[in-house]
Amino acid sequence: MSSPLASSSNLDGSDDTSPQQKQSKKPKYSRFTQQELPACKPLLTPGIVIGIFALVAVLFIPIGLASLSASESVVEVIDRYDADCVPSDMQGKELDFIQNSSTNKTCTRRLTIPKTMKSPVHIYYELDNFYQNHRRYVKSRSDKQLLQPSKEGETKICAPEGNTPDGKPIVPCGLIAWSLFNDTYQFSIDSGSIQVNKKNIAWASDRSHKFSKDVYPKNFQKGALIGGGKLNESIPLSEQEDLIVWMRTAALPTFRKLYGRIEKDLNANDVITVVIENNYNTYSFGGKKKLVLSTATWIGGKNNFLGVAYLTVGGMCLSLALAFIVLYLFKPRTLGDPSYLSWNRNPSASTD
Amino acid sequence: MARTGRRKRDRLRWSKLYTFSCLRPSVQLETSDTGTASLGGPGFSRVVHCNQPRLHYKKPLKYPTNYISTTKYNIITFLPKAIFEQFRRVANLYFLMAAILSLTPVAPFSAVSMIAPLAFVVGLSMAKEALEDWRRFIQDMKVNSRKVSVHKSEGLFGYKPWQKLRVGDVVKVEKDQFFPADLLLLSSSYEDGICYVETMNLDGETNLKVKRSLEVTLPLDEDEVFKEFRGIIRCEDPNPSLYTFVGNLEYERQVYAIDPTQILLRDSKLRNTQYIYGVVIFTGHDTKVMQNSTDSPSKRSRIERQMDKIIYILFSVLVLISLISSIGFAVNIKYYMHNWWFLQPDDKDNKLYNPKTPAISGLIHLITALILYGYLIPISLYVSIEVVKVVQAMFINQDLQMYDEEAGIPAQARTSNLNEELGQVHTILSDKTGTLTCNQMDFLKCSIAGVSYGVGSSEVEMAAAKHMASHSDLGTSEIEIEPSTPITPVFERVRKSTIKGFSFEDDRLMNGNWTQEPNSGTILMFFRILALCHTAIPELNEETGGFNYEAESPDEGAFLVAAREFGFEFCKRTQSSVFVRERYSPSEGPIEREFKVLNLLEFNSKRKRMSVIVRDESGQILLLCKGADSIIFERLSKNGRTYEVDTTRHLSEYGEAGLRTLALSYRVLEESEYLAWNAEFVKAKTSIGADREAQLERVAELMEKDLILVGATAVEDKLQRGVPQCIDRLAQAGLKIWVLTGDKMETAINIGYACSLLRQGMKQISLSTAPSDPTQQDAKKMFLLTEQAAKENLSLQISNALQMVKLERDPHAAFALIIDGKALTHALHDDLKNRFLELAVECASVICCRVSPKQKALVTRLVKEGVGKTTLAIGDGANDVGMIQEADIGVGISGVEGMQAVMASDFSISQFRFLERLLVVHGHWCYKRIAQMICYFFYKNIAFGLTIFYFEAYAAFSGQSVYDDWYMLLFNVVLTSLPVISLGAFEQDVSSDVCLQFPALYQQGPKNLFFDWYRILGWMGNGLYSSLVLYFLSISIFSSESAFRSDGQTADMAAVGTAMFTCIIWAVNIQIALTMSHFTWIQHLCVWGSIASWYLFLLAYGTASPLISGNAFQILVESLGPAAIYWISTLLIAVVCNLPYLVHISYQRACNPLDHHVIQEIKYYKKDLEDHDMWKRERSKARQKTKIGFTARVEAKIRHLKGRLHKKIPSITIQTVS
Repeated sequence: MSSPLASSSNLDGSDDTSPQQKQSKKPKYSRFTQQELPACKPLLTPGIVIGIFALVAVLFIPIGLASLSASESVVEVIDRYDADCVPSDMQGKELDFIQNSSTNKTCTRRLTIPKTMKSPVHIYYELDNFYQNHRRYVKSRSDKQLLQPSKEGETKICAPEGNTPDGKPIVPCGLIAWSLFNDTYQFSIDSGSIQVNKKNIAWASDRSHKFSKDVYPKNFQKGALIGGGKLNESIPLSEQEDLIVWMRTAALPTFRKLYGRIEKDLNANDVITVVIENNYNTYSFGGKKKLVLSTATWIGGKNNFLGVAYLTVGGMCLSLALAFIVLYLFKPRTLGDPSYLSWNRNPSASTD
Repeated sequence: MARTGRRKRDRLRWSKLYTFSCLRPSVQLETSDTGTASLGGPGFSRVVHCNQPRLHYKKPLKYPTNYISTTKYNIITFLPKAIFEQFRRVANLYFLMAAILSLTPVAPFSAVSMIAPLAFVVGLSMAKEALEDWRRFIQDMKVNSRKVSVHKSEGLFGYKPWQKLRVGDVVKVEKDQFFPADLLLLSSSYEDGICYVETMNLDGETNLKVKRSLEVTLPLDEDEVFKEFRGIIRCEDPNPSLYTFVGNLEYERQVYAIDPTQILLRDSKLRNTQYIYGVVIFTGHDTKVMQNSTDSPSKRSRIERQMDKIIYILFSVLVLISLISSIGFAVNIKYYMHNWWFLQPDDKDNKLYNPKTPAISGLIHLITALILYGYLIPISLYVSIEVVKVVQAMFINQDLQMYDEEAGIPAQARTSNLNEELGQVHTILSDKTGTLTCNQMDFLKCSIAGVSYGVGSSEVEMAAAKHMASHSDLGTSEIEIEPSTPITPVFERVRKSTIKGFSFEDDRLMNGNWTQEPNSGTILMFFRILALCHTAIPELNEETGGFNYEAESPDEGAFLVAAREFGFEFCKRTQSSVFVRERYSPSEGPIEREFKVLNLLEFNSKRKRMSVIVRDESGQILLLCKGADSIIFERLSKNGRTYEVDTTRHLSEYGEAGLRTLALSYRVLEESEYLAWNAEFVKAKTSIGADREAQLERVAELMEKDLILVGATAVEDKLQRGVPQCIDRLAQAGLKIWVLTGDKMETAINIGYACSLLRQGMKQISLSTAPSDPTQQDAKKMFLLTEQAAKENLSLQISNALQMVKLERDPHAAFALIIDGKALTHALHDDLKNRFLELAVECASVICCRVSPKQKALVTRLVKEGVGKTTLAIGDGANDVGMIQEADIGVGISGVEGMQAVMASDFSISQFRFLERLLVVHGHWCYKRIAQMICYFFYKNIAFGLTIFYFEAYAAFSGQSVYDDWYMLLFNVVLTSLPVISLGAFEQDVSSDVCLQFPALYQQGPKNLFFDWYRILGWMGNGLYSSLVLYFLSISIFSSESAFRSDGQTADMAAVGTAMFTCIIWAVNIQIALTMSHFTWIQHLCVWGSIASWYLFLLAYGTASPLISGNAFQILVESLGPAAIYWISTLLIAVVCNLPYLVHISYQRACNPLDHHVIQEIKYYKKDLEDHDMWKRERSKARQKTKIGFTARVEAKIRHLKGRLHKKIPSITIQTVS
């Protein structure tokens, strides 16, 4: 009723509608508007159902086996050192130990290689209970500052680690950079030292596009609190690969980050001596620190889960395929059998 | 129509013809002051200076201009109002709050990722609003710029657009023009100042109404006289009452009362009158018609209302997980935060993470969490549904099979938000006139002197005969009706006559053959009654040379056409005479005879008869009377009953055939008798007072007695094309049909028969308070019952009927409830209505007659609320507006009777028969589409939204999201929106043919098979499952503990998030592909295109500056793409997510296939072509066993026959039945 007047205009038109006007109101035929577009109407026939499950099974089981074997071929050496690297007299006072800059933090560990590790052997440090994914932490960085020398003052979002107490901008700013991991490892075997390659541990794109070669660290770790590692102010950010790796925040509180690579095969039963500078404070939040040596295959590091999952799903699908075969054998239903129509199944129901 | 004749009409004194209501109220106001005393007081303050519009340019007499606007917004108000409208939706309001909060540090996302989708969604909805309003504006402008002739000055008239019209203007409206405003009629082209008005747009009545001017203004009938014209009208303030008007005119120092007969209302049309002059009283929005227009109530579909509940559930889940998060956050802050030196917990400026005030942190975090988990609420749901509905509405508008070739009107979805409701209709409430019938009468049969003439058969008879013929094989009980061969062509073959209103075929009467009949004298009288006893006006049709008739009712028109065809052509009416050209045989020339009309006793619904008293050329005075059979039969003289028995028999035959009947009679008057009566009549006519009407009636009664019965006429109230078939199919689809009509009970029952809502053998339960059936013994007594007693009586009737229905054992027994308006008033009272409804639900068909528009709406409400199912009201006239607005769905017939109903309706179609396709095809599809679409929407948002929550548990509930802001922004708006829209717009479970062939499929809607809680919860469960799989599998595979590539790099948050998001995109898109059963290229493009677009986006995003993409810089090219694990994890997770659903649908199809599954299979294997019999058999079984409609009627007849077969000799042929 909103517009009774509009009605009259329509009436006007219909009173002496010329054939032309009539024609114009007639919807034009097209397969689209008449909803008659050619369509494929796939149907879940028993064959297709069994086929899908069988196909999934056939596809998944080999993938599962392949990834499981790949995972099995990875050799991993893990050494937790956070507790053992505290001198016995400082046991129970780990915090004092780690926060005191005068204590000797050097610690020597011996690792036995269980199986031959083909080069390259990746060296990781693993932290536990470290919330790199905390919102306060993740947001505390300035990508602008890292990329453009002119934007070094862009530290607003880095608070509380944006500026030094006297107002100078910190480069790189923010909690992430400030808490940089600073344990170091030196490897040697039978008194000969092992070269650790720390190049190319970060993504190439990060080095070339995110961390500028014209930006140098400034005022770093000169705030009120000292966090983690320090940076050599003469090296541009693009070459500070430890920092670049660290700045890639991990998704979970337990994470590994690449430390470097040993580009040399390690033989089974080799005993490797690692000299650790145990600088990083994980004691306050009870986080473990681990040193990991691992090889990698096409699926990456050790990851049994993927293979197991594939095998499980493949197996499930296989049994589902069988189950459906059984179902179709014992409860066969001719497709399109009209006796399954509701009015044939319970004729009383349709008379209401 | 008859508008071609434009000759100047003779100036007639119509007042002589209209004896009853025509006396001019020429009483001056000083003497009678009833009702007008309050003029000038509150509510009656309007003053109009006639012909001095200038006086109305300033206050206090400044009234609105005649400009009308029906738009919701204007340029200034659009933004605030439209935005306000948008944010009345609770979900949108939530997103607005979230967007505002995203500007604060509390927000977990960047502001743009919150504001952009909201702006997109709201912008789209607002654009739609703006477009709709623009269309309304264009329509308004069209009306506003119509031209009307206005008195400018010095007696000169000129054209002005309607919108420039001011109060006080004198306008000249010409024939067939609409009145531009509410006018006071001053004079017309007729000498006595009457004019004819068609009020179709106001009240839906097609008959013409007579308006007449005041005597004093009669001389104002030329342009020049308006030079000097002055007058003041004092009258009531604008109000919506169409039938009242209180005011007076001060003219030439005297005051005259004005009543509604002098008021011409805007939007009614001047007919049969060359021109009128009038003064504008009310303009623009002050006019009665505009005052009457109410905004149609906004209706929401059942599914949408249920959807709101789901949204509330999701909101509760959202609040719940937000609480969990904030508690978790507070706990972390309190117990662990101080240990996390890397977060600098002791920072002074840090309020959010201060370990000393964990409660405050928790509270603030609650807001963060509420924003973060907002992805549970599908922001794009409303807008997607809107888009889908617009597309669906477009399909309805464009459907060629709902396009009426003759009228040139396509179907129109006027509101698109009820599309899916069409698929859930349970009860149809239909108007009769103009909806089921064309409101066109065809003279079909007559009974003269006890002989029945007319061999043509009514539609019902023919259709029934056809069915019986095609099912002569009584052995099988299967009844086949081929939808592919509709019955309509048969009629068209039979009906070769092309004369509108005349389908009579009988050589005994045609071409002058009647003179050979034994009772030719009576036949002559019969024809003369037809030609003389009416109030119509002939109009020469210049093209054919014949006459067309402007009659008050279509019956009358049919009689005149019939008389013309029989050789009694009514050709001229003067103020005192009627001229008829009589031609007794085709060879003779016509003789024009003059009959002096002495008196005319008008028809009204109380009298149910009309009479004329004429003096023929020989000077004999005759009273010719036609009326309802019961009324006429009461008034027959002793010797006038010769044909009563035969005629009664014929009348009942005609009634059964669905025809409208009238009895014709006459009486010869003596000169002296007439003169004596006329004196009394004139006295009554000129008497002043309240009982004038009653007196006139009493005097008329004196004359209308001792009649001699001549015969009866049977007129077919032509059903619209395909109506019985459509009703039949709708009934088979399980829909209940109620007919609500303003007609009298007999007519309603006739139509009930005509459209097979009633049939022989049905037990009719008539509820009435007035004696509707003269055979009822206690008729007279009941008439005297008081209101209270009437109610008690009705209550008793209902109880008895209920008892009867309950005790009925015969499964084939069908009941029909027929109730009249009076009884309905009582039945709708609170204490009776439940029992009435109970009874009505038991009956196969319900017909309510003599119902007022308001009662129509009340009945609709009763059904809607009482039964609790979806109701659909269909009607075409203004009297149906209430019903249309009240029902869940209102359908307007855009036919002849104005547009009022259409304007109030949600859907408009031009023929009743299109209702079948609208419901069974479009309704069914739209219901399923929307239901599936909404379910899927919730699934996808739960699957996605909960992964964010799980991640929180691993991120110390800090409010960090594992996904990049941009991914989340795009998820609802781009990456998953098109497939779901294509599902909502294009999905078809079965093709339209199958929908029509298997009406039972429609029942999936009313039973709500696709949107019940079982299904909704199932989908939510599926979403929950998927979210668990997505998160935990991804996290386990991409745990940051081991490298994910052969180069030894570990996955950072960006890599994990991107990989997980890839899995989500795959999983939800495969899910929708599994849901769909109909893939056109559009679906393929949308589904696979969405997946492709995700990778494309990732590529593009990766190449954007790292300042934008952050850690996602080059993520696909450099880190994820080369990693095999990324691809195989996607495969694994996408498969695992969809396995249970696949198992579910495979199992369901194998063991519990739904009807559409089986039909899909039949179609897929082309079994319908191979096994034609099976297909046919199933099609007929797919119809609901109904008790109404053709099929039921035929079945009943066959049962009846079979019953007889058992008793009698088994050799009866069917022909004897029909």
